[in-house]
Amino acid sequence: MKVSYFPGCTLKNKAKDLDLYAYKSAEALGVTLEEIENWQCCGGVFTTARDEVATKLSSVRALKEAFSKEQPLVTVCSACHNVIKQTNHAVQNDKEFSDKVNRYMGEDGGYFGEAEVYHYLEMLRDLVGFDALKEKVVNPLKGKKIAAYYGCLLLRPGSVMKMDDPENPSIMEDFIKALGAQPVVYAKRNECCGGYVSVESPDLAKKSSNQVVQNAKMQGAEMIITACPLCKYNLLKNGADIPVVYFTELLAEALGVKEDTDEQ
Amino acid sequence: MNNKYLREELIRESGVNPKKCMKCGKCSATCPAYDEMEYHPHQFVSMVESGDIQPLLQSESLYKCLSCFACIERCPRGVEPAKLVEAVRLAAIRKQGENRMTANDVAEFLDEDVPQQLIVSAFRKYSK
Repeated sequence: MKVSYFPGCTLKNKAKDLDLYAYKSAEALGVTLEEIENWQCCGGVFTTARDEVATKLSSVRALKEAFSKEQPLVTVCSACHNVIKQTNHAVQNDKEFSDKVNRYMGEDGGYFGEAEVYHYLEMLRDLVGFDALKEKVVNPLKGKKIAAYYGCLLLRPGSVMKMDDPENPSIMEDFIKALGAQPVVYAKRNECCGGYVSVESPDLAKKSSNQVVQNAKMQGAEMIITACPLCKYNLLKNGADIPVVYFTELLAEALGVKEDTDEQ
Repeated sequence: MNNKYLREELIRESGVNPKKCMKCGKCSATCPAYDEMEYHPHQFVSMVESGDIQPLLQSESLYKCLSCFACIERCPRGVEPAKLVEAVRLAAIRKQGENRMTANDVAEFLDEDVPQQLIVSAFRKYSK
């Protein structure tokens, strides 16, 4: 299976692990990630204002390219996933916005939200299947107690993201189970880490991040997994004393392709 | 800009209808930045509705919203307060010379682990 892949700015820089392990794991699962040619940064956050058009065009270009190749568009980073899905939803549902977008895009045919967007986790669940994933696991992470940290961007707004129940999700817990480990469910798993506000109000980010880590630990977590580079940064910077790792790293480990990657 | 025009502009741009609010306060109760805010999400809704917008334009609360979509998700009436906060913030920073953050500010928070995502997100929220 071939899919279009949008890595995003951070995955080519500070979050190289998130990207590399995504590639290696996909390969082991029989999925080829075809990187969008000349992709541009999604901007990190979706601006909800309807008259913000230019800032959303990089997402539209990526969506359009995936659609022209008749492939789903897969993202790994929570932020890219959120921005691209919300942009696609806006093109589908806001006529004034999609008219403006298509005027910007020029004459090479219009785009009206036809592409399908999958987060990598959704790809594992819906295109590969967690049962098929389980069969490919060569190094089950038995007995490991792992807390899934969804944060805010993966699930919300639920009516647009349509990834899982935004208040009682299970996709990451099912992922953890497929790898042979034990998921830890805790109340703060879908609360914000503080996000970009850490540049201006580090205390607010510290408070939010601490609540997440303490809550996960209280429920017995030995490790936290995330899909978001900013969540990882905020949790670690604010004193997480258990490992915070990208879900793709755990996946690569379970699939037995992590060491190959490390040797390169 | 008079308040009537600005009010209509904020409502059009955000797509929020403040009249739908039933004043239950759930948006503010679930807001992770509540303690840091002078005006809370429910107040953004009621103050825009009544045209009392000037205090919001000058409030630090605009820069405390995390855009975490918690209030948008949990509002029982689908009012989506964060979209109004965003519209008011844009009305403030779109004015010439009113950018909250400039490239020179990046050096202050940059450390070797800062992900690019943090820098681009902050620019998108604090600068035009």
